[in-house]
Amino acid sequence: MLTKRIIPCLDVKDGRVVKGINFLNLRDAGDPAETAAAYDAQGADEVVFLDITASADSRDTQLSWVRDVASTLFIPFTVGGGIRTTDDFKAILREGADKIAVNSAALMNPDLISDAAMKFGSQCVVVAMDAKRIEGTDRWTVYKNGGRVDMNIDAVEWAIKAEKLGAGEILLTSMDADGTKAGYDLELTKAIASSVNIPVIASGGAGKLEDFYTAVEAGASAVLAASLFHYKELTIREVKEYMKERGISVRL
Amino acid sequence: MIAVVDYDAGNVKSVEKAIEKLGAKHILTSDPAEIAKADAVILPGVGNFGDCVSKLKERRLDIALKEYAASGKPFLGICVGLQLLFDESEESPGVKGLSILPGKIKKFPASADLKVPQIGWNDIVESKGRLLDGIPAETYFYFVHSFYLECEDSSIVTSRTEYGVTYDSSVEKGNVFATQFHPEKSSDAGLKVLSNFLKIAGEV
Repeated sequence: MLTKRIIPCLDVKDGRVVKGINFLNLRDAGDPAETAAAYDAQGADEVVFLDITASADSRDTQLSWVRDVASTLFIPFTVGGGIRTTDDFKAILREGADKIAVNSAALMNPDLISDAAMKFGSQCVVVAMDAKRIEGTDRWTVYKNGGRVDMNIDAVEWAIKAEKLGAGEILLTSMDADGTKAGYDLELTKAIASSVNIPVIASGGAGKLEDFYTAVEAGASAVLAASLFHYKELTIREVKEYMKERGISVRL
Repeated sequence: MIAVVDYDAGNVKSVEKAIEKLGAKHILTSDPAEIAKADAVILPGVGNFGDCVSKLKERRLDIALKEYAASGKPFLGICVGLQLLFDESEESPGVKGLSILPGKIKKFPASADLKVPQIGWNDIVESKGRLLDGIPAETYFYFVHSFYLECEDSSIVTSRTEYGVTYDSSVEKGNVFATQFHPEKSSDAGLKVLSNFLKIAGEV
């Protein structure tokens, strides 16, 4: 039976993992490859890297750490951040990444989704979307530039469009829930997951074991968390054991 | 020497890295002569069945691979590399596969609670054969695909997997092996499968 996936997310800046990582026994806790390998050993199903390096001329650095990760990590990994063209896709995939996440670039140029899907296959095109509720409604709009600019595009409509254009997965971050540790935005997750037939990865708000379970119940195919795992408040194994006890299929 | 077939069909890097990690040597090639000389061949692949067939034909690799498979030397197809070994696919009606093994590739049935493509970790409900030696049933592997194998010869099927239907997820006939899942992306279990192949090939 296909399992629900637990995905740790790592922020990378100038080739280094930036959040404080408390893994023991790592020679270099800021090294993306070593950190990701530690997550693999913990039972992570995939790893997502978000490159938050601001400048566009940092591509060489990015390619270098992606290459290192590909040499040591034998589970799938996604790279997002600053990817704007199909040439960017090509360069990163060639270094061994499995999937590419696009966010603002896809909003500005939706054809990027279809072009990339045509050239490299839908399986490697992840459309990341940052969504925020329009206050007092059951609607959400999507934002670009790391949540700074409201595009006034309905989140459900954008998800449907992304699927039509050839996205293979949707990485859905709730801006309202992100950082609150009060749980994923279940209404948003349900609204998106029930509107598309591609997997939805829920992101933003995980604070306790139950949150992962309720997100899956709301329709998420995978759940992503960053700081919770970084700061070892929960381990991936704990999350999986909790889900398994509740009848959710996981890889243990 | 292991030849990894390079025909511009997706991610070969992870296969190469996994072979390196396991301590074997390989070349990446699209040259039919190199393939004929190789001691073992791995055919990876991601993408559309028809496109992949065209790309093999453009490089005259279709003939080279058929001849190689008939030679009795070890051969491993992965993902679309499995699908290409069979007769045809519903993904590309009218396009002939390599027909090295008998069977066809079908589309997962459309339904509201079945997301297609299947992306993620799924288990095998049985496990046999040399490639899966030491891998128990219910082991999880990483899958990414929208089409699945229906093999005509059940005696060569070494594992099955459930996703809407129960389908054939790996096969083995003589020295021809193939997996729908990605061993190079399946953590320790996947590396064990690749290591079995390299041992069969005498490369480790």
